[in-house]
Amino acid sequence: MGTSTVAPETTANSGAGQRRQGRPVLAGLAFLAPFLLLYTLFLIGPSVYGLVMSFFNTSLVKGGLGSFAGLSNYAAAFGDPQFWSSLWHTAWFTILTTPPLVILALVFALLADRAKKGRWFFRLAFFAPYVLPSAVVALIWNWVYTPDLGLLADVVTRLGLTPPVWLGDPNWAMISVALTTVWWTLGFNFVLYLAGLQDIPRELYEAASIDGATPWQQITRITVPLLGRTTTLVAVLQVIASLKVFDQIYLMTSGGPDFATRPTIQYIYDVGFTDYRVGYGSAVSMLLFAVILVVSLVWFALVRRQERDA
Amino acid sequence: MTTTLTERNQNRGTRSGNELTTASGRERVFNRVCVGVLVAFSLLWLVPLLWALDTSLKPEGETTKVPVTWLIDSPTLAAYAKVLDAGNVLQWYANSFIISILVAALSVVTASMAAFALSRIRFRGSNAVFWVILAGIMIPGQALIVPLFREFAAVGMIDTYWAVILPQIAAPVAVFVFKQFFDGIPRELEEAALVDGASRFHIFSRIFLPLSRPAISAVSIFTFVWSWNNFLWPLLVLTSTPLMTLPVGLATVSSAYGIQYASIMASAILGALPLLVVFLLFQRRIVEGIAGTGLKG
Repeated sequence: MGTSTVAPETTANSGAGQRRQGRPVLAGLAFLAPFLLLYTLFLIGPSVYGLVMSFFNTSLVKGGLGSFAGLSNYAAAFGDPQFWSSLWHTAWFTILTTPPLVILALVFALLADRAKKGRWFFRLAFFAPYVLPSAVVALIWNWVYTPDLGLLADVVTRLGLTPPVWLGDPNWAMISVALTTVWWTLGFNFVLYLAGLQDIPRELYEAASIDGATPWQQITRITVPLLGRTTTLVAVLQVIASLKVFDQIYLMTSGGPDFATRPTIQYIYDVGFTDYRVGYGSAVSMLLFAVILVVSLVWFALVRRQERDA
Repeated sequence: MTTTLTERNQNRGTRSGNELTTASGRERVFNRVCVGVLVAFSLLWLVPLLWALDTSLKPEGETTKVPVTWLIDSPTLAAYAKVLDAGNVLQWYANSFIISILVAALSVVTASMAAFALSRIRFRGSNAVFWVILAGIMIPGQALIVPLFREFAAVGMIDTYWAVILPQIAAPVAVFVFKQFFDGIPRELEEAALVDGASRFHIFSRIFLPLSRPAISAVSIFTFVWSWNNFLWPLLVLTSTPLMTLPVGLATVSSAYGIQYASIMASAILGALPLLVVFLLFQRRIVEGIAGTGLKG
């Protein structure tokens, strides 16, 4: 805190002030030091360490890196059907969650934009689930999905259909987890879209209305095209988040039935902490990281193009 | 409606002309249909939470009735009493609070200092540092569990609070929120202090921090919520029950209570409450935070 309350020294020329500022490089690094230290130790460091480990037969229970493996961990991953099926489960989850999470969020935001009153209520209803821990979401939905006694089985039965065993049937398990995820995280995208809608000038609608455009035309010709940037952002953030899925699958199905829903992160977890093959697990991590990096780069390219066209 | 006038105006943004639109009859009908559809969906969204609450207030005997009913013959708080008596939930609350508060506070301190350097101190290499921090946004934290685990095991810190706290502090996003905010502060404000020969730290702590309350609240709320909800890493490093965070502890609950659904739902509601309260208190801040960070990226 220093001696800030003391009256400033009588040297009222800025030269002295500049001298007291010290050297910019040292000052800059001093301010950056705490953050960069933690950042290096717990983000950059482990990333590099993981990359190194992926070229060794590292074991969880033995110290050191183990024997040099070259690219054999990567070769093993490419040759392992378990890895491919986990990657497919992650992709399948992403395919199931991204379209509804983008489209429904957009539709709800468009509808909310036309509501004159009660927008706080819509925000509350859609966003409240987003702040819940995954463990709470899983407890609630495991109960909703309980066969015979659960809420959903009851609703489907009343409709005269036979409900499947939601989380126990390999065909339905991932769809059920995806439905839960849509309920849980839609609020975030909804809020992003609401913010995007705020930036569209009202005059455009009024002009269109005077020109005789129907409300539907206003939405399809004005609103949706102008939300292009937001849509790109929402879609890419969503794809990246879905590729990192672990919590809700682990908590709702444990990757079952019979590994039918095990995602890549859980595969990394299993080979690392059950089989102790952390070298191999690191190689799989790097492959997943590469997939996420490609998605991010595609996004940058898209944004660049949109900026240019704008 | 309970919204204040100022909030309304903020919600409106640029929509002051809303009531004045040339609302033809067709448009009015269209708007009505829109609102109706939305109300239906938002009520649907609340059903799982309300169903959990409803179940938690039933005596255990009533939870397994078929057909399913929302009506409770004899509502009771017995399930809550039982869960709280089992002892661990309050301990997990305390653990989660300690960890999340520390993460949020340390995030704000470290990120704001780093952002000040990037925003106001011209030095060689600051651009490189900026890009290195930007790259961190793309690194999926979950892919780092193996090397991180070995790191903490090497120094014997597995199964401590610190193993959970330390990796969560340095959040690249937090630096960007602060940097964006600092970039918007006019230089005139610090120039007078510079002439008086104030140190950089003085300018940072006495001029910048007091002005950046919105950024501080956005960063602290977000880092708090992320830390509170973090699951995979705490699950991995916290192995003793008294140290567990609430989400990790709750994950063990369902196996412990078997088919005592009222108790399981009471645990879920207890687990949901703190963050729902945080959300209700800071609803506007949270929403503004998301909108502000997301769109100017």
